Amino acid sequence: MSSSTLDRASGERAAAPPPAAARRRGPDLRRWISPVALVLLWQLASSTGLLAEDELASPLRVLTAAVDVTLTGELPEGLAVSLGRVLVGVALGLTVGVGLGLLSGLSRWGGLLVDPPVQMLRTLPHLALVPLFILWFGVGELPKVLLVALGVLFPMYLNVHAGVRGVDPKLIEAASVSGFTPAERLRHVVLPGAMPSTLTGLRLALGVAWLSIVVAETTAADAGLGYMIMNAREFLRTDVIVVGLAVYALLGLSTDALVRRLERTVLAWRPAGPAGADR
Amino acid sequence: MSARVRGLTREFAGRRVLDGLDLTIDDGEFVALLGRSGSGKSTLLRLLAGLDDTSDAGVSGAVDVPGSVAVAFQEPRLLPWRSVRDNVALGLHRDLGTETPGTVADRALDEVGLTPRAGAWPLTLSGGEAQRASLARALVREPELLLLDEPFGALDALTRITMHTLVLDLWRRHRPGVLLVTHDVDEALLLADRVLVLADGRIGAEHLPGDRPRDPERLVALRRTVLDELGVAEDAT
Repeated sequence: MSSSTLDRASGERAAAPPPAAARRRGPDLRRWISPVALVLLWQLASSTGLLAEDELASPLRVLTAAVDVTLTGELPEGLAVSLGRVLVGVALGLTVGVGLGLLSGLSRWGGLLVDPPVQMLRTLPHLALVPLFILWFGVGELPKVLLVALGVLFPMYLNVHAGVRGVDPKLIEAASVSGFTPAERLRHVVLPGAMPSTLTGLRLALGVAWLSIVVAETTAADAGLGYMIMNAREFLRTDVIVVGLAVYALLGLSTDALVRRLERTVLAWRPAGPAGADR
Repeated sequence: MSARVRGLTREFAGRRVLDGLDLTIDDGEFVALLGRSGSGKSTLLRLLAGLDDTSDAGVSGAVDVPGSVAVAFQEPRLLPWRSVRDNVALGLHRDLGTETPGTVADRALDEVGLTPRAGAWPLTLSGGEAQRASLARALVREPELLLLDEPFGALDALTRITMHTLVLDLWRRHRPGVLLVTHDVDEALLLADRVLVLADGRIGAEHLPGDRPRDPERLVALRRTVLDELGVAEDAT
């Protein structure tokens, strides 16, 4: 007598067809024409005095300032501090977000207990918590790390939860009749099935993480990239401000590239490559 | 005995899909089950596969199946993130002696002619290749009862003919009891020792197509009869 039972598959989930093959081409140099022209225009506007130095420094001045703050150690130190905050905050937010997402995705009671409060809290713009965080935790490291963690938590939670719940029930059935133990089903079917959505969550989360650290550091800080920017404002050093902004942008870009590389490795089984990998 | 079902009744929200159905599949017997859409073919198969809860209030009757049951579905249902070989090897818990799941899987893939694709990602397989992988996955479990749920339904006509030969071949070599659920009358008459027609929730008719190779005239006559039983009027012009 067969005793293995499983929830009946409710509703047919059509397997989403992979996106049309993303063609890999060499970089098209023509795409650089307009950005370079814009920078030249900017330089021209500065040189002719059209753009005042205390409004926006010229590209050349920005470059010089970049070298300066690097040599004085101001930039490397600030970068190290900001990176450290983001790393700790992301690690914390990832752990809690993924943990809660798995709990509510995998277990009925977990879903019933965890999902409602998280869904309610997620409607709160977490950056608006800065004043409260400063009251609670002062202006030290803790409020900044916590703000990053909170920003990371929600996109991770939502995507892990959706990923786990979205695993094709037909695959779970096939695994059951193939003799998979519950642990094997989790390891070989559910978790890998939730991976694409989880990585999408990770990309969103890292974007939010950088946004959070910018807000936290420009509100109240005595170290870090944001501090460098706010300090430069005091002395009308628009060149240093632009350097800070550029570094933030580069950091955001590189973490995004990192996740995309991770997607290409982990999701190598998708024939057309990860969806949306090419912009 | 590969399977025995007695007085099986299955209701979904008051609608009786199976109604006191009796069915016996002998050891090594190839049985095909025909029926119109919604006749309960898949419901029966899911109960035999253990995919439907027999303790549910809507189920009554006795279902006896051997310990080792394997299923090949209409869609191959391979894990897209594991190689073809892993798909065959994963979840293999029977005693393999000195062999590893990997070598057992490789042998099965060889049997279905899929050795060159053993390391491939499932989403890169053709429909026929994926269905071969699905058959290999079922076979390595050395089932006493093999359930085939319209496994050729989504294949093109030429691939289907190749797969028919393959399935007969594998069945002769491994001799599991087979229940093939299908819409295709010709397929059922060609492959099975015994062809059953499901109607009104129970086995309405039973046919023995005779020794293989089949007598073409007898097949034509049987086809006529079975189509009648299925309520299909065929224009004979």
